[in-house]
Amino acid sequence: MDPILWFGWFRADIIAEYAMMFWHGLQITILVTLICITQGTALGLAIGLARLADARHSPARQICRYLLRWPSTVYVSFFRGTPLFVQILLIHFAVLPLFINPADGLIISGETARSLKQNYGALLSGVLALTLNSGAYISEIFRAGIQSIDRGQIEASRSLGLSFWRTMYHVVLPQAFRRMLPPLGNNAIALLKDSSLISAIGLAELAYTARTVAGAYSRYWEPYLTISFMYWILTLGLAWAVKRLEARYGRGDTR
Amino acid sequence: MDEVIRVEGLTKNFGDLRVLRGIDCTVSASEVVCVIGPSGSGKSTFLRCLNGLEEASGGRVLVHGTSVHDNHTDIDTLRSEIGMVFQRFNLFPHKTVLENITLAPTKVRGVSPAEAKQRAHDLLVKVGLLDKIDAYPNQLSGGQQQRVAIARALAMQPAIMLFDEPTSALDPEMVGEVLNVMQTLAEEGMTMVVVTHEMGFARRVAHRVLFMDEGMLVEEGTPEAVFDNPREERTRRFLANVL
Repeated sequence: MDPILWFGWFRADIIAEYAMMFWHGLQITILVTLICITQGTALGLAIGLARLADARHSPARQICRYLLRWPSTVYVSFFRGTPLFVQILLIHFAVLPLFINPADGLIISGETARSLKQNYGALLSGVLALTLNSGAYISEIFRAGIQSIDRGQIEASRSLGLSFWRTMYHVVLPQAFRRMLPPLGNNAIALLKDSSLISAIGLAELAYTARTVAGAYSRYWEPYLTISFMYWILTLGLAWAVKRLEARYGRGDTR
Repeated sequence: MDEVIRVEGLTKNFGDLRVLRGIDCTVSASEVVCVIGPSGSGKSTFLRCLNGLEEASGGRVLVHGTSVHDNHTDIDTLRSEIGMVFQRFNLFPHKTVLENITLAPTKVRGVSPAEAKQRAHDLLVKVGLLDKIDAYPNQLSGGQQQRVAIARALAMQPAIMLFDEPTSALDPEMVGEVLNVMQTLAEEGMTMVVVTHEMGFARRVAHRVLFMDEGMLVEEGTPEAVFDNPREERTRRFLANVL
């Protein structure tokens, strides 16, 4: 293909030549982000509740302290206190081979393990690392959101005979969720951008694509500027979606 | 008369602070009991012990013969029999008036949505707020919110209603509308325990007045006895300050 120059310097033909690869990279990035947002939110809710768990009487009191609060606190501390990049490497090269290994995997071994690792290894560890990491951050958002709800709301609900879990589901979480949306949105945007770190273990998402293209032509402006714009459009889309949700869950707001 | 609530030697400590120092009393069916006393005397804590919102430090509370603070008691079922109205209303701000009222009947009692809605409709007529059925709580005045809160509690068709200073957070001109609803309720034979600073209401509506001070039940009797001929010096001093 003949070089196509935009503005006299931008080699658009390079992007055109690798269009399919960018397209696939975009799909992987979106896939990873969506999986991690949903899984991370579910995990964050569970961890957030575990960090708030308390009971009045033993043995439930001890169970809450030693089996829920203590482990969840350590978990959050670890995943917030170490670099995501290191977590990705640790999970891909150390943790995953422990469980999925052709020789002696604890969960899967043999031929299945070999093909699984080859085809989906990077995706699996990348998604796992990013989910565990964002779960830690999201749990803090849930904890703060739940704690921000007035005690009177819980008392009113419980005095109507609603159980603890029904009170959580119908009264506390819907109100907390509204307050959590802005920080959750920030977190989703951070997660989208952090997914580029998974390129380090060879997952063919956007950043990996850009590096491949850059290597082939020794041109850097074109691929990296292209994926920058793609990330930008995606984050704008996410911000817009969060805004829509805020409007929808904002009913009955005092302003 | 049928005994509905029995309180025996109830004590409550917050750390070193002894908020309740041994309360004994009973409430009968269809009786309206007003609890008066200076702030910090333990009135609200006493009321909150009656439906288990507060743990008791000692003694016990029996509602229909069931011990409120027993670990084996199904507290949710027990609470669904006891309506409670709070000083700060505590309506659910993310739900409409209708949804506030129908939530508990549908989720706790398994009442069908249609029936719950009918019940809410009737109750809103009763408290005079049918036109607000689709409003959100923040669109209502304090007095209206408190009337919705009463309707929400009544929707569970409770045997007992507890009121925790229901008019203390209201602007003066809204106190009357809430007290009127409560008076109607009392006249219909509802069993009520009301913590209040509204002495006029207590005198007019209560069958019995309890005067509390420093975590103790200092004096009890008919409104006439307590207000006109208080036996205790502390009661006299309190009434001189508020009347």
